Amino acid sequence: MNTLPQQLANGLFLGSMYGLIAIGYTMVYGIVQLINFAHGEIFMTGGFGALTVYLALPHGISMWIALPLMLAGGALVSVLIGVGAERFAYRPLRGAPRLAPLITAIGLSLALQQAVFNWYPDAKSARVFPQLAFGPYHIGSITIQSGDIFVIVAAPLCMAALAFFVRLSRTGRAMQATAQDPDTAQLMGIDTNRIIVIAFAIGGLFAAVAGVAYGLRYGSVEYDMGFIAGLKAFTAAVLGGIGNIYGAMLGGLVLGLAEAMATAYISDVPGMHQLGGQGWSSVWAFVLLILVLLFRPQGLLGERVADRA
Amino acid sequence: MIVRHRSLLILTTALTTGALTLTACGSRDNNSNKGGGGNTTVTIGVDAPLTGQNSATGLGIQYGAQIAIDNANKNKTVPGVTFKLSAKDDKALPATGQQNATAFVADKSVLGVVGPLNSGVATQMQQVFDTANLVEISPSNTSPELTMGKNWQTNPVRPYKTYFRTATTDAMQGGFAADYAYNTLKKRKVFVVDDKQTYGAGLAKLFIKGFTKAGGKIAGTDHINVGDRDFATLVTKIKNSGADLLYYGGQYDESQVLTKQLKDSGAKIPLFGGDGMFATTYIKTAGKAAEGDLATSIGVPVDTLPAAKDFVATYKAKKYPGDYGAYGAYSYDATTAIIKAVAQVAKDGKLPADARQQVVDAVQKTNFQGLSGQLSFDKFGDTTNKQLTVYQVVNGKWKSVKSGTFNPSN
Repeated sequence: MNTLPQQLANGLFLGSMYGLIAIGYTMVYGIVQLINFAHGEIFMTGGFGALTVYLALPHGISMWIALPLMLAGGALVSVLIGVGAERFAYRPLRGAPRLAPLITAIGLSLALQQAVFNWYPDAKSARVFPQLAFGPYHIGSITIQSGDIFVIVAAPLCMAALAFFVRLSRTGRAMQATAQDPDTAQLMGIDTNRIIVIAFAIGGLFAAVAGVAYGLRYGSVEYDMGFIAGLKAFTAAVLGGIGNIYGAMLGGLVLGLAEAMATAYISDVPGMHQLGGQGWSSVWAFVLLILVLLFRPQGLLGERVADRA
Repeated sequence: MIVRHRSLLILTTALTTGALTLTACGSRDNNSNKGGGGNTTVTIGVDAPLTGQNSATGLGIQYGAQIAIDNANKNKTVPGVTFKLSAKDDKALPATGQQNATAFVADKSVLGVVGPLNSGVATQMQQVFDTANLVEISPSNTSPELTMGKNWQTNPVRPYKTYFRTATTDAMQGGFAADYAYNTLKKRKVFVVDDKQTYGAGLAKLFIKGFTKAGGKIAGTDHINVGDRDFATLVTKIKNSGADLLYYGGQYDESQVLTKQLKDSGAKIPLFGGDGMFATTYIKTAGKAAEGDLATSIGVPVDTLPAAKDFVATYKAKKYPGDYGAYGAYSYDATTAIIKAVAQVAKDGKLPADARQQVVDAVQKTNFQGLSGQLSFDKFGDTTNKQLTVYQVVNGKWKSVKSGTFNPSN
């Protein structure tokens, strides 16, 4: 059986999830040049928010009703935490040297992780996440799970909505202006504080969708799920060109595919058996990142590297 | 300014006085420990992961020891000596385990330590305890190297005299699983995955050895990282390899997700693992996907041990957290071995100056009927009770399907 189509699909699903999280990194970086390392935890709280909504609903409710409510609940939690982080942790440090907000972000990440670990009931080990009842579907040699369908539908929809929002809406254009030059944008009457809050909110929204996707795909959510996922998504954002929303999604897909291909095929290359397989997938993903950054430091779709970096 | 200085001075004085008072209290307590007959307090340390990874099993160890200590205090097993438990969380991290070991050694009232859960953590703790002559009994370490050294297969040498365990080793477990897979399940092609840790990789290696020796084929091997959650690619590989069984060396944290993705992909093959995934959490998280999966575990099921009835009842009555199923009884027995050793060493509630050394010697000569059977240690510090059990998930519960002993020379 030829496994290539299935492995490509696996990479695509994983990559779409990375891309959804990466949007949060890239939006915030594009506007305030801050790498929000707490974003992985915002993703995690989105998953737990959705789980909380599910647990609060009457037992045995159809997922068709529960899922939209869970998405809304997860998004509410993620957005509130993202916006709260901006207001109380990052805004007071806006004029400070770059290192200060970065370290604050790392601290916030640890704090959020420990808060869920200590105070969410039974979060000390994995919490079971509700599953969609349909699927799996077989298309040719490809098997698709219900959780995969969610992510493959949600990711392009979210991306398209974001693209329309940024291009066509008044607020979207204000965001572009703020990203290009915050000072001039402010002089032109744009409330940059509001734009920054919106960037954090959109990042949180996407992270919550990814958090629900994570729960649906792996069947459980964990307090530390944001760490590795966040790191991978950050890599995806850099790979695609940080600051560029299409780059984030592209970077996520490339990263997901690279991991899948490395896991699936490198161990079959003669002499490479020891260097392939699941255990090495992250290594190859980062090798790819280094290569891209060597030859294209601004990332795949990155631009205007001169005044950044 | 003057006012502020004065308040600072007062604060400093108050803090210093407080600190001195606390120190004084501490030293007075220590005095009563050693000197006056009547009531000596002996601390038994417990080191296990109590939070995060593996914590369900780790808490089972902590509270297994707690019940043994409560019983000893209630029955006055050692007249004049009161036992106290001090549990430290190693988070399944070797470095943290070593810090805990150092802390136990520094506390003079500690005469024995039960734990750790993980073989990888144990490797970092053995030396610390050995230097201090402090006895350590693990209820769950299964890596053969811990008691027989690096060349355990060819030239077994005991590296540390203070290390004992009430658990059987992977040398038995991997082979026992291979034997069951080949002869009882009639599996012929196995895909083997491990988590690259001391425990998981060792177990996988021994399974492969036993399985190929029996005549089975290895369809493929792969490794995962601790903390991985996306196994879609690996699962596709396993499915495509035509394997009729997946053997996994590692802990439940990863295998519970792996088995779900495996079954979701349409591969209708069971996952077989070691005692690291023998936990109710595995079934809770994997749900229906866990059905039919297998795990070997050391000893015989706690629930079927007639001697352990009271233990299980107490554990449930006290509503202790964690999972006693895998090691609770072994932790109870390990703790009891230390308590009995202290009983031999203590004279009228007084401890000799070299109490730690004497406890080590007494533990070596342990011989009593424990919850898990007759407990004594061989010259390597391994238990002489080498029973193993294969469990299978049936209707959402671990059910024992075969118990027995395994002789690796066969």
